Amino acid sequence: MPFQLEIVSPERRAFTGPVDLVVVPAIDGELGILPNHARLISALGTGELRIKSAQGELALLISGGFIEVRADKVVVMADLAEHSDEIDEAKAVEARRRAEADVDAVHEPIDLARARAALQTALMRERIAVRRRNRG
Amino acid sequence: MATLREVRRRIGSIRNIAQITRAMQMVAASRMRRAQESILLARPYADELRDALARVTAAAGEDLDPLLARRPVQRIGLIMVTTDRGLVGSLNSNAVRTVLRWITGRLEGSQPTPEVAAITIGRKGRDSLRRAGIPIAAHFAGLGYHPSFAEVTAIARLVTDDFLAGTYDQIVIAYSAFQSTLVQRPVVRAILPIEPSALDAAEEASNDEYLFEPSPQAVLSRLLPHAVAVDIYRAVLENNASEQSAQMIAMRSATDNAHELIDDLTLVYNKTRQATITREMIEIASGAEALAG
Repeated sequence: MPFQLEIVSPERRAFTGPVDLVVVPAIDGELGILPNHARLISALGTGELRIKSAQGELALLISGGFIEVRADKVVVMADLAEHSDEIDEAKAVEARRRAEADVDAVHEPIDLARARAALQTALMRERIAVRRRNRG
Repeated sequence: MATLREVRRRIGSIRNIAQITRAMQMVAASRMRRAQESILLARPYADELRDALARVTAAAGEDLDPLLARRPVQRIGLIMVTTDRGLVGSLNSNAVRTVLRWITGRLEGSQPTPEVAAITIGRKGRDSLRRAGIPIAAHFAGLGYHPSFAEVTAIARLVTDDFLAGTYDQIVIAYSAFQSTLVQRPVVRAILPIEPSALDAAEEASNDEYLFEPSPQAVLSRLLPHAVAVDIYRAVLENNASEQSAQMIAMRSATDNAHELIDDLTLVYNKTRQATITREMIEIASGAEALAG
């Protein structure tokens, strides 16, 4: 009995369709949603969102935002949502290097926080790319 | 009567103008497609977020977060979104007129009279509001054709902090909402304090069973500032799509007008030429007749 999942980011609607299971990186650990889950709202961290559906498995990089489980559907409102097959590993590695350099370069606390968040996203992006390659 | 050379020169210069406006029309058209696409893609997110917010605030109660606090309004912060550049037809003047009318209505209707200060995004709005005598508290320009969410977040943080500090008791935003390539509608909307929108009874009844991870306060304290940023981001994208559409239309009608003018002048040119030839013929004919006589 699949349920409706929608993933939206400020830039676009990244996914919509029926799924059997979705695992999201909530702010304090992973959260798996199966059909008929209780109504819930949670803040999201940075990490891999996994979907299992009749069409197979799908992974997305998401960062920030919220998940809302409603009676009729589940909505993920992420600040950032990228499909794993859109991620280019070489570019991801490059972006991570840049993010590391940024963290070393800045000193203002607010810039440092931003640079660290960017680095975390970049690391996660690289990890998803590597995992996808290993899977085949 | 204009001389032939003058008319020819005018036709030439108008043809150059037509070429420029035509090029600008093409550029605006391609920017317009991207800008329209990005607002159409951003709308589902903004709508979902606002829906979620309405349900969550209703479930969690309104006293839970300072961003929901309603105070007597003594100072209003007005975020005015306009374009940086002109050549967009009546887009900015319509938006500014709507805002000034809104301010007048707002000031008349309430006691004591609230003060209004503007936070402007876009040069044109700043210039107009300054001329209208409205104090400008902050100004942002150069968001460009692809405004990013990160840039807008900084503006959102500024107004949210000002609201929390009590600098403003209400924040409203004014922009040109994009409806279609031909229609843009100026809008003035309150964004802070956040209004939990009306919910139907059935939904409200089932709301108490909401689970909050990690806690209602924690969720709200992230969700609310984020919602403000999304509201502003949406306004900026709407305005950007409106700008490109209005510019495309303005440049198209400028090109059309130039072509019309060229047609008219070509007629004048031909008539003048005709008249000159006729006059010369008469001179030659009468000269010949005089000699023959």
